[in-house]
Amino acid sequence: MDPSQDMDAVGDVLVEDGTIAAVGAGAGAAKAASGATAIEARGLVVSPGLIDMHVHLREPGREDEETIESGTRAAVAGGFTAVASMPNTNPPTEGEEGVKFVLAKACDAGLARVHPVTAATQGLKGEMLAEIGSAIRAGAVAVSDDGRPVANSDLMRRALEYTSMLGKPVISHSEDPALAGRGVVNEGKVSTLLGLRGIPNESEDIAVARDISLARLTSARLHIAHISTARSLELVIEAKRLGLKVTCEATPHHFTLTDEAVRNYDTNAKMKPPLRAEQDVSALRHALAAGLIDAIASDHAPHSIEEKDQEFDAAPFGIVGLETSLGLALTELCHKGGLALLDLIRLMSTNPARILGLPSGTLKVGAPADITVFDPECEWTVDAAKLVSKSHNTPFSGWQLRGKAVTVIVNGRLLMRDGEVLA
Amino acid sequence: MKFERSDLLGLEDLAREDIEAILQTADTFVEISERPIKKVPVLRGLTVVNLFFEPSTRTRTSFELAEKRLSADMVNIAASTSATVKGETLKDTARNLEAMSIDMLVVRHSASGAAHFLAGALACPVVNAGDGAHEHPTQGLLDLYTVKQKVGRFDGLRVGIVGDILHSRVARSNIWGFSKLGAKVTVCGPATLIPPGVETMGVAVSHDIDDLIPELDILMILRIQTERLNQCFFPSLREYAELFGIDSRRMARAKKDVIVMHPGPLNRGVEITPEVADGPNSVILDQVKYGVAVRMAVLYLLSGGETTRETAD
Repeated sequence: MDPSQDMDAVGDVLVEDGTIAAVGAGAGAAKAASGATAIEARGLVVSPGLIDMHVHLREPGREDEETIESGTRAAVAGGFTAVASMPNTNPPTEGEEGVKFVLAKACDAGLARVHPVTAATQGLKGEMLAEIGSAIRAGAVAVSDDGRPVANSDLMRRALEYTSMLGKPVISHSEDPALAGRGVVNEGKVSTLLGLRGIPNESEDIAVARDISLARLTSARLHIAHISTARSLELVIEAKRLGLKVTCEATPHHFTLTDEAVRNYDTNAKMKPPLRAEQDVSALRHALAAGLIDAIASDHAPHSIEEKDQEFDAAPFGIVGLETSLGLALTELCHKGGLALLDLIRLMSTNPARILGLPSGTLKVGAPADITVFDPECEWTVDAAKLVSKSHNTPFSGWQLRGKAVTVIVNGRLLMRDGEVLA
Repeated sequence: MKFERSDLLGLEDLAREDIEAILQTADTFVEISERPIKKVPVLRGLTVVNLFFEPSTRTRTSFELAEKRLSADMVNIAASTSATVKGETLKDTARNLEAMSIDMLVVRHSASGAAHFLAGALACPVVNAGDGAHEHPTQGLLDLYTVKQKVGRFDGLRVGIVGDILHSRVARSNIWGFSKLGAKVTVCGPATLIPPGVETMGVAVSHDIDDLIPELDILMILRIQTERLNQCFFPSLREYAELFGIDSRRMARAKKDVIVMHPGPLNRGVEITPEVADGPNSVILDQVKYGVAVRMAVLYLLSGGETTRETAD
C-alpha cells in the first residue's frame, strides 16, 4: 500500500542497492530466482517506512533515559524507519555542531534514520534566534523550541520568517505559558476533583491562533505539534481553508485517552498538552477520519522511573510512544473507527515525509528503500517492562492491541524481521 | 462489625455507612477525652508516624493527642528535619519508614495525591492529614461530627462553604461528606476561587453571600490565604471582606440558630470578624475539641477495631 501513488495492490517490492527498483505484481519474480533475499509478506501490509516526526531521544544529557541508539532501536521495534528528534536535549540540538552530533550518533547506531529538528532560539531560551541556517545546511529538517514555547510573538515572527527562506517548517508546541501556568492536568472536572492545578484548553487555542496569525503574516510554513483541543483543530482547519501553509499532528494518547486516566494520580498519564475531555478526543478522531489532521506522531518522551514515581506535581510531563503508536492507531482508528489503512499510512509515512521534505515516505521507484511491513490483525498485549526503549513510562501497559510491525527495512538493510530487531 | 477500609485517603472514597460508622465510633472517644485519665490501651505496642511536609499546629497536635490517648508509640517527622531537604524522594522516605516496621502513617503534604502515592507504596494503613488542594478527610469528619452533635441530623440541611474553594482540601472533603449524608451544599466565593466544574460534585455555586446567608443552617467559612492576593485571585483583603467577609451585619440576616464553622487558623477581620468568631453561633472550638475524638476513632478503626461502641472500651 502506498498512498503517494494511490496504490493498494497485491505484488512485490524489489529493492536494489538501497533503493526501490520495482513495484507491482511479479516485480520480484526474476530476481528471486537469481538468489535475492525474499521476504514473504502474504497477508501483511507492505508500506513505505513509517516516520515518527516528534520524538525525544534525550541524548546528549539524559542518556540514562534514552540514547540515540536505544531510541532508534525502539523506533525500529515499533515499525518506524525514521524519526524526527526534538532539540530539547542538554545541550540542545542547535546550529551545525548540534545537528552533526545527532546525525553522527544515528549513523553509528545504524538503526532508524534520525532527522534532527534544530533549536529556533539560542539555548531554547526564547531570546535570540539560533543559527537556524547552518543547522539546516547540516541536515536539520525543521525548527522548533518544542517544550519551551516561544512566548515572544515578535521573536516567533522572526523565526517563522527566517526559516521560510530556507524552505523548512517551524514546529510549534503551541501553548500560552502564563495561562498554562503551573498546571499539571487538563482544567475541568478532573482537576477540580483531584485538587490539581488545571491547564485550560484556551492556553493551547490562544497560542495556535497566534501562531496561525504569524504564519499568515510571514507566509511561512507552520506545523502545530500534538494538537489536543477541538477549538485548535477548528483554527487549523480554517487556516488550511485560507490556503495558509499550516499542518498539524496528533498523538495516539490524545486520540485514545481522556483526563479520566489521571483519576488515580497516575503520573504515566501526565503529559503536555494534558489529556483532554471526551469532546476533544472525539473531535480529534473525527478530524483524523476526515483527513483534516496531517500526521500521527508519538511525542515519545522517555523518563526514568525515579522521576515518574513521585508526587503528581513533581513528576515530569510525557510518555514513551514509539512502540505503541502503530498498534494504538491501528486498533483505535482503523479497527474501531473504520479508518482505511491507506489513510493511516498517509498519516504515519507519506505526510510526515512531505512536511519534513524527506525523499522517503513512498514506494516509488528510485526512492530510498525504507519499508515497513505490518500485520494489521496481530493481537498483542503491551507490557511496559518489555519495551525496547530505555524508559518504560507508558499508561498503556496491559492494553490489548490489534496490529503490529513485523519487518523493517531502512536504506535496503533488513533491521527487523518477524518482529525481532536484528541489529 | 469490622471496618473494611485499609487507608483513609478522602471522603470521596467512603460510603455513607463508612462515614456513619466513624461518627458513631467517635462518641466513645469523646467520652474518653472527658475522663480525668484520658488514656486507653487500644493501640498499645503500635507505632504511628506523623509525617508532616507542611507546617501544621492544630492538625498535628490533634493527631498527636489522639495517638497518645490510644497509647500508641508515636513519632513526629517534620519536613524541615526530614531527609527530603537532602533530596530524598517521597518514595524513599516511605520505604525507610516501612523498613522500621511502622504500623500506621499519618501524612500531610503540599502535593495533591501524595497520600495516595504513599498508600500505594506502603503496606501499613495511611491516613491523609491533608494533601494539597485535594482532601483533608479527618477535618471533614470532625466537621460532620460537630454538626451531628449540634444539630443531630443531616438530611435537608443547607450548608454554605464560603471562601477559597479552588485551593481548599477542607472544602472538597466537606462537599463529599455533607452530600453523602443528605445535606445540600452551596459553595460561595469570588469567581476566581471557585474551581471549574465544581457543580459535577453535586453542589450549587453562589457569588453573593448576602443572597445565600438567610438560607443556611450551616455556615462554614474558609481561611483566605494572603498569598492568593499576589496571584491575582482578588484585588485586596479589604475588598474580600466587603464582598464575602462574615460580620455581625451579615449574621443579622442569617437564621437565628445558624451554626458558624471555620477550620482555622482564623484571619480575624478578613473572612470572619471577631464578634462572629467568638459569638453565640460559633462552634469553632467545638470543632477542635471533637477533632481529637474523631481522629481517635479513625486510628482505632484502621488498626482493625470494631465499629460498635461496646468493644471500643
